[in-house]
Amino acid sequence: MNTPTWAVELDHVTKEFRGSTAVRDVSLKIADGEFFSLLGPSGCGKTTLLRMIAGFENPSSGDIYIEGELMGETPANRRDVNTVFQSYALFPHMSVAENVAFGLHMKKINKADVATRVKQALDMVQLHAFGDRRPKQLSGGQQQRVALARALINEPEVLLLDEPLAALDLKLRKEMQLELKSIQQRLGITFIFVTHDQEEALTMSDRIAVMELGKVLQVGQPTEIYERPKTRFVADFIGECNFIDGTVLAVENGAVTLETDGGVRVVGTGMFPVAAGDHAVLAVRPEKVRLVEGQQPQGTNVFAAIVERVAYIGSDTRIIVRLPDGSPFDVWEANTVSTLDPNQYYTAGDPVYVTWATQNSLILER
Amino acid sequence: MAKILADKRIETKHGRSRPVAKRHMPWGTWALTLNAIFVYTFLYVPIIVLVLFSFNAAKVGAQWQGFTLQWYNELFADARLGDALWTSLKIAGLSTLIATTIGTLAALALEKRGWRGRKAFDTGLYLPVIIPDVVMAVSLLGFFTLAFRQFQALLGLNLAMGLWTVIISHVAFNISFVTVVVGTSLANFDRRLEEAAADLGATPWQTFWKIKFPLIGPGVLGGALLSFTLSLDDFVVTFFTRGPGVNTLTTEVYGRIKKSISPEINAISSLMLLGSTILVLTSLWMQRRRQA
Repeated sequence: MNTPTWAVELDHVTKEFRGSTAVRDVSLKIADGEFFSLLGPSGCGKTTLLRMIAGFENPSSGDIYIEGELMGETPANRRDVNTVFQSYALFPHMSVAENVAFGLHMKKINKADVATRVKQALDMVQLHAFGDRRPKQLSGGQQQRVALARALINEPEVLLLDEPLAALDLKLRKEMQLELKSIQQRLGITFIFVTHDQEEALTMSDRIAVMELGKVLQVGQPTEIYERPKTRFVADFIGECNFIDGTVLAVENGAVTLETDGGVRVVGTGMFPVAAGDHAVLAVRPEKVRLVEGQQPQGTNVFAAIVERVAYIGSDTRIIVRLPDGSPFDVWEANTVSTLDPNQYYTAGDPVYVTWATQNSLILER
Repeated sequence: MAKILADKRIETKHGRSRPVAKRHMPWGTWALTLNAIFVYTFLYVPIIVLVLFSFNAAKVGAQWQGFTLQWYNELFADARLGDALWTSLKIAGLSTLIATTIGTLAALALEKRGWRGRKAFDTGLYLPVIIPDVVMAVSLLGFFTLAFRQFQALLGLNLAMGLWTVIISHVAFNISFVTVVVGTSLANFDRRLEEAAADLGATPWQTFWKIKFPLIGPGVLGGALLSFTLSLDDFVVTFFTRGPGVNTLTTEVYGRIKKSISPEINAISSLMLLGSTILVLTSLWMQRRRQA
């Protein structure tokens, strides 16, 4: 075949459960060796999508291809994919080594090879000393590594991970994120990673598909998803975002002017073809907004505001200000200077000007 | 008793300031404790008396005349009892084997969702657990009589009650108990493990034998032990469904007490009690033993 094959290709896949639609007409192409994340709130259909790729569920309509091969109703045990389950699903009556060896035993691989590969797999996840233990004798993080080793030892074309880090504490989660990424790069296996944690998705993924209500809203690299969200939902779900609703007044060279109901005018970069009179929303991320004290700055997107709340979180200071129309607005300032001088920080009640550059804000469909 | 209770109350009344009187027992708890004592007395005194009298040297009467193992010795020398025990074990063993197989399969079928009549089947299975033994026994007797007549009429076969009718009857009531016990064990089984096994390349057959069965095994064994115990202890169903010459321990004991309650009967009963207790405790222990 001359056409490029994808590790996984979903073609108009829909899944219905007794009258409710879990996945709606999803089409995706995931490349070989890609770290691909399915990101969305719980109930958005991301786990159902993963389960269909694994073969635990069959699509109501649409086709799934793995390495160019149409899956149809091929059962899970005959698909060249392996899964790391959210709850790990380790076999409680087997030792760690037996758990890891399970897939190879099913393939009837000879005992000596199994022993060598189990040892390698346990080395890879730094659990060589734990082979004889039962899963219950391990910590959550260790169980997670066993689940990973148990899946990877089979050298699948595609590894499916269903929120594998959700049960770990923050510190461990960060460590495992880096470790997973480095294992994926070393082995060159395609990873499809389900998560509801946007930071996790941004950190690890080559590409992300953002899902809501069974639909894929946007697919793109982390920077695209964060900097060029196509919908209000994506902008809101990934990171923090300020939104200003309004009606389009004018469109000039990609800069769109909106007027709010309160008569305030804002200007942002047009992401969508909009015309005067359309309802639209301006989105601007809090770290892209500047606060100015004293003299009113020149240019567009400048508002007088009052500081309402200040949260110092170490690396940043997060400030909530009130705009003249009464709406709250988030501003994050990086703490680039080390100081204890209280005058260097904002306090509630300070009069300030809020401003942002047109190219740092987007006009989205309402 | 009343005096003691009154004293306790006074003690607790002043108890707050005195660190000595830490315990505080409200009236409700007292009432419940008394009730529990009463229940246990009611349950266990007859049993204790029975066991004690199996060691009583007196041949008749309720007077303690010293400790003896004579009745146990006579018991072990009694050939009729030996035969009855062997019959009981045959019935219990075979009916347990059959009932455990069918009951486990039934529990596995009930676990699968989405087939018509599952609920009705589930409820129906509990019926033998709650209906009185005698109803079960009479209906089985009626069933056999009817079946024999049909066999006679249609196939010309002359069938009669015997050991096998008792075994079939025991299977009939034991299936329910096995299904309930195995069902509990299945309810605790994490179905993700089956998916994990399939994901790692195991066929449904391999998944069952390597993952599911080892994990529900204690439940199956528990069900089998319970079934074995129920079969050994059964009198009513056996009495109605046995053929001539079939004598189990319970029917043998019944036959003997029609004359009088002899110390030997006490001794057999004590041994049956001991055996059943061990079986039931083992069964409970098996069920409770989760995957360590």
